[in-house]
Amino acid sequence: MTATAPTAPAPPARAAVRAGARSPAVRRRWTEHGLVFTAPFLLLYALFLVWPVLLGLKMSLGDDNIAGTDSRFVGLDNYAEALRDPEVWSSLWHTVWFTLLSTVPLVVTGLVLALLAHHLRVVQWLWRLSWFTPFLLPSGVVGLLWLWMIYPSDFGLADLLLKSLGLDPGIGWLTDTRYAMLSIVLTTVWWTVGFNFLLYLAALQAIPQHLYEAAELDGAGAWHRLRHITLPMLSRTTAVVVVLQLLASLKIFDQVYIMTGGGPDESTRPILQYVYDAGFTGYRIGYASAVSYVFFALIVIVSLIHLRMTRRSREEAAK
Amino acid sequence: VSATVKAAPAVTPDAAPDTAPAAGPGAGSGRRPRWTPGRVGMLAAALALAALWVLPLAWAVATSLKPENETTRTSLEWIGSRITFDAYEKVWASGDLARWMVNSAYISAVTTALTVLTCAMAAYGFSRTEFRGRRALYGLVLAGIMVPPQVLIAPLFAEMVSLGLVDTYWGVILPQVAVPAMVFILVKFFEGVPRELEEAAFVDGAGRWRVFWTVVIPLSRPVLAAVAIFTFIQTWNNFLWPFLVTTDPNAMTLPVGLVNVQSTYGARYAQVMASLVIAGLPLLLVFAFFQRQIVRGVAHTGLAGQ
Repeated sequence: MTATAPTAPAPPARAAVRAGARSPAVRRRWTEHGLVFTAPFLLLYALFLVWPVLLGLKMSLGDDNIAGTDSRFVGLDNYAEALRDPEVWSSLWHTVWFTLLSTVPLVVTGLVLALLAHHLRVVQWLWRLSWFTPFLLPSGVVGLLWLWMIYPSDFGLADLLLKSLGLDPGIGWLTDTRYAMLSIVLTTVWWTVGFNFLLYLAALQAIPQHLYEAAELDGAGAWHRLRHITLPMLSRTTAVVVVLQLLASLKIFDQVYIMTGGGPDESTRPILQYVYDAGFTGYRIGYASAVSYVFFALIVIVSLIHLRMTRRSREEAAK
Repeated sequence: VSATVKAAPAVTPDAAPDTAPAAGPGAGSGRRPRWTPGRVGMLAAALALAALWVLPLAWAVATSLKPENETTRTSLEWIGSRITFDAYEKVWASGDLARWMVNSAYISAVTTALTVLTCAMAAYGFSRTEFRGRRALYGLVLAGIMVPPQVLIAPLFAEMVSLGLVDTYWGVILPQVAVPAMVFILVKFFEGVPRELEEAAFVDGAGRWRVFWTVVIPLSRPVLAAVAIFTFIQTWNNFLWPFLVTTDPNAMTLPVGLVNVQSTYGARYAQVMASLVIAGLPLLLVFAFFQRQIVRGVAHTGLAGQ
């Protein structure tokens, strides 16, 4: 209490707050009700995240069917089988392949669209409306829309457009193993690029204007400013966008399930669909859990890279 | 007290990058850009790309307005012999779409309310109170950010079977509520808010609970809105979990019901497109009215990983 007395110039109200803040009664306030505030979340968290993680681990060590009856402990058999199962490897590969194919166009297109919108400075609502609205559509709508747009070879929009351009229609967009995955990637870019577009747009608008003004005074051209100011200033955002995109792409399921069902020839079936097939249509939920955990390991690796990156960038920001 | 009040707006972590979209990209410079050939070229490119992005949506609307027997013509026609709402009447008449829309709205609203409430309370508890095990519990919550719900579908489904929640609203809602990333976002926000405001309220004799509702919640309105918007969009659009946990068409959400029923439309192309337009419309209408808030909410919540 006496410590605050010498700071007489402070307005009396503020001094009172400070003095009060040090009183034991207020200090005690900070320690009150912590568990009450956190309990509702922790209860739900324990029931629907922690418990399923443990249950999944237990199930992956047994031969549970979907009804959860007649479970027998089989040790690591499911994991051993998963690592030997060629369908695990091929569907894992489809997931990784989709992630590799989709991440680059999704990040680059998002950046290009944001640069266009940012530099044009006009009709912002139009750019947001056209590039971001698809992101607000459910995967069910997007998947069915694109399915009916590209699948019918005689009356689908894609082939009609090709025909009107004088090009050869009849590409097996979803039925030819060479194009099916690319069609899924195309659909996904159309659907979700708006998210990256928004993240880049926010980052562009945060770049201090005076950097550009200084460069302009030095006679730097537009290309020079892009390469030496804009892109370096966006590097942190790019790192975040890439990792978020990797994590999102690895979870591919909806579009594939709706548009190809994993076909043709299971050439697009992602690992999540294999989990679904094994557990929910094949009724081997123990095995499905084991496959899930193999996939989980992949996600954790990417997440840990992300964590290291954010920690490093936070340390850099703190300097 | 006046000093602390003045300090408060400055601490909102979203102040700098997020108010920018509202102010417009020309913020600060104030001069009108000139139409150089380079900018005209950029405008042309942007317009072409915008058209490309609108094309599928335009096709869906155009097809849905054609008479059914003209939808499978093999030449590119945007408008049929007449404009008709037949397809809309037919798909709406079955009542399925309306029911799924109600299901989706109910599930999304309850999930969003519960998520915002429980995550805000938990974040406040973790950032502003002291209790035994606080750090360990918060660490456990942070670890959960790495667990995507998709890898838990098998055990979660088994859990729902034993709880008897398959084909119920709660079966869809409950697993989507405890989102550790949202707690993380809110903890970061609360940590940036100076304690003086709450202390002033304590001195005035307010209890913990009242301070939370009358000081902290009003102060966090922008970040809570961001979390709410993001959660609502995610829940409305979620496919995998509602798809797994509902088998009864009466309990399905809109996206799941649509996919489930699509085979019954058969080749009735106008009806398929009409149902997609109806299903896509609600969020697009919401977006039309709350464009700025949604853009800010998505950008803010999406970048929180930074």
